[in-house]
Amino acid sequence: MAEATHEEVHRHPAPTGFIRKYIFSIDHKVIGIQYIMLALCAVLVGMIMSVLMRVNLTWPGTHIHIMETLFPQGAPGGVMTPEFYLSLVTMHGTIMVFFVLTTAPQGGFGNYFLPIQIGADDMAFPVLNMMSFWVTFVGFLVILLAIFAEGNATVGGWISKLGESFAGGSGTVGPIGGWTGYAPLSALGKIAGPGQGAGVNLWIISIAIFCVGSLLGALNFITTLLNMRTRGMSLMRMPLTCWAWFTTAILALLSFPVLLGGGILLLLDRIAGTSFFIPGGLYVSGALVPNHAGGSPLLWQHLFWFFGHPEVYIAILPGMGATSHILSTFARKPVFGYRAMVFAIFAIGGLGFFVWGHHMFISGMSPYSAVAFSILTLSIGVPSAIKTFNWLGTLWGAKIRFTTPMLFAIGFVSLFVAGGITGLVLGQTSLDFFFHDTYFVTAHFHLVMGVASIFGMFAATYFWFPKMFGRMMNESIGKLHFWITFIGVYAIFVPFHAMGLLGMPRRYARFDEYEFLKNSKGLVMFVTVAAIITVVAQVLFYFNFFWSMFKGKIAGDNPWEATTLEWSIPSPPPHDNFAGIVPTVYHGAYEFSVPGAPNDFIMQTDGEGIAADISGAGGNGGNGHRH
Amino acid sequence: MAATATGTNQVVPVGVGGGPRPKNGNGFHGNGGGRGGDDLSFRFSPARYRIGVWMAIGSILMLFVALTSAYIVRSASANDWHPIVMPKVLWLSTTLIIISSITIERARRSLKRNNQAAYGRWLVNTVALGIGFVASQLVAWRQLVRQGVYMAANPYNSFFYLFTAAHGVHLLGGLCALTYLLVRTRKARNTLDGELRRVGAADAVTIYWHFMDVLWIGLFSLLLFWK
Repeated sequence: MAEATHEEVHRHPAPTGFIRKYIFSIDHKVIGIQYIMLALCAVLVGMIMSVLMRVNLTWPGTHIHIMETLFPQGAPGGVMTPEFYLSLVTMHGTIMVFFVLTTAPQGGFGNYFLPIQIGADDMAFPVLNMMSFWVTFVGFLVILLAIFAEGNATVGGWISKLGESFAGGSGTVGPIGGWTGYAPLSALGKIAGPGQGAGVNLWIISIAIFCVGSLLGALNFITTLLNMRTRGMSLMRMPLTCWAWFTTAILALLSFPVLLGGGILLLLDRIAGTSFFIPGGLYVSGALVPNHAGGSPLLWQHLFWFFGHPEVYIAILPGMGATSHILSTFARKPVFGYRAMVFAIFAIGGLGFFVWGHHMFISGMSPYSAVAFSILTLSIGVPSAIKTFNWLGTLWGAKIRFTTPMLFAIGFVSLFVAGGITGLVLGQTSLDFFFHDTYFVTAHFHLVMGVASIFGMFAATYFWFPKMFGRMMNESIGKLHFWITFIGVYAIFVPFHAMGLLGMPRRYARFDEYEFLKNSKGLVMFVTVAAIITVVAQVLFYFNFFWSMFKGKIAGDNPWEATTLEWSIPSPPPHDNFAGIVPTVYHGAYEFSVPGAPNDFIMQTDGEGIAADISGAGGNGGNGHRH
Repeated sequence: MAATATGTNQVVPVGVGGGPRPKNGNGFHGNGGGRGGDDLSFRFSPARYRIGVWMAIGSILMLFVALTSAYIVRSASANDWHPIVMPKVLWLSTTLIIISSITIERARRSLKRNNQAAYGRWLVNTVALGIGFVASQLVAWRQLVRQGVYMAANPYNSFFYLFTAAHGVHLLGGLCALTYLLVRTRKARNTLDGELRRVGAADAVTIYWHFMDVLWIGLFSLLLFWK
């Protein structure tokens, strides 16, 4: 039949030139690593900013020499101004949320491993995939430009030539409105304060560009997963990582356009004189805002949080997938309740679209809506608990191999519970009234969305590094890195809860002037010391990462004795992943310790003989074997 | 050319529109499926174009859902809402884009029946109608600007310009895709794979173009009736 005419198959040969191979590559593996490298750069910027913030909170008025050199206006004499601090808060949040927590888990590991795990030779649209990375990269350059456009008078001067609303050089490192950029102040231009000219414009443009990049990526992920699963790879045989990336892609596909829409409206308010978000009679910086009336600042909050809440799941779901995968591998047991895990991922993702109002309890919304949002929010506790108990069920009675990725995966479970439990507190309107805009909220989202996601990515890095680079990461350094980081993040964020109970507000540049916070000085100091130690410990990770790339122990094809498709091919995988062969899958993804099987694990590609041998044995977590 | 034509004859029914799907188990519906053989054609199924374009439509729809909810909220949030008199030329735009939906459907069906000449002809017609639509939209803008109706003057105007511009940008994307198809009609694909791609792409662009049509009708109705 038609196959006869099929000599010329859909496979592009491996590129040979440096540029097509490593820079403008359309190979999903290279693009995945590019995303990971982008995140590794972005996270450095974000971490440096957090250390600067801690230093200012603990020792207000400290002279930091390099700050004076870099930002002579924002930090006159090397001492940062409150506005400079606020802009650090903003940029730390923006860079971490968008360019770290969204790029590494999904764009990085998802890009690299989703096609391999479903047995495909690449993404569905490789060129689109390349574009999605480079668009994201441009977004990152624009956000870096925002730092210098506001912080440096020279760059600010160039930017100011673009027009009145692009006035830069105000001496901050970007906007001062937080990563949420609440209107109306974010919509007014430089009149609203330092950093609100070019800083906000570039911030919006950067995020809009990022949205486009993420949308291209999400479209590609969904199509790849639906269209390119290999022979025998039924949906319920997929690794949970694939389910997580798939759900994340759906969330991104539906939520980023809303942020893009909001961003366009905000930018028009700023540069085209419209009044979508600017109400009339606004009195800002000692002057009445002219030519604007009738806009609704709350509209921005709704649009932003309709995106913002799914965004936190975009950050953490891939971590959940990686954790499930890694726990099962090193517990040598099937994932407990595979189906329940799949449905829980979807439930979390789905419910995530109906809870945005819980970020706005104090915005004056109707108490009835607040109750509805509150109940929906608390109901997310159910699928979250399903996941947690299934992780514990997976670990229960297992002979655990405590490798570095396993430690980080267990750390993820711990942090997810510790951070998630306060979600139940904040999800209740009455309690949120007190806790809103205090360090309690900061503690909650840093633990559950920030650190837990990052732990998921650490676990993923240590786990998949041998596959990506063909060499193992150093286990001793890895374990040291784990313990310092694990204890460190708890030492940082547990005290945040206490500060929140004291009523310490978020985003304040210094606390030494407030009588009611006099007693918290020791606590603030403790957190800062813990933060500095934890940040310095990340040098271990960076060193391990780059050193192992060249000097690590050579890894075999399957160093962890894992079951999924990526471990059935060489490390690192060849250009088209399976060297022209279409793999056939016979088993579910987590067939560990199957009674009657020759090894304690069965690869997904292991032939039918094994399946026949054990088909009577059952006891397999209920996945696979359903034809 | 004859070789191309026979190749095409074999190929075209696969995966076009509601035609039979390749039974490899990697589409929307197939799970599990058969095994055995190193079937490299397994690596490519044209269904990906259709899935991809539906995903794109989903995300574009969410953008317009966000913008139209902003429109509805804003129309109720203050008393500065003054709808403009809709330029008559927009009815011409609407007519053009509806006709273009018909012509692109004819193009798609011609390709399905392997009538290459008709396919090219209907594509040209569609591109012409698409350009006509954009031109007509620009005329509407010019008329409004000449009357002194600017974007910032009142929120209804802002949304009017925003909707027409956002739709126009997406429609220009569709026009680029159509032009691509048109260029492709000149270049024969003599492999099964290339042919599947061409048909899949034509299918996807058709779906997208219909979406642009429906989206415009939706936005135009909103601007007309939700004042």
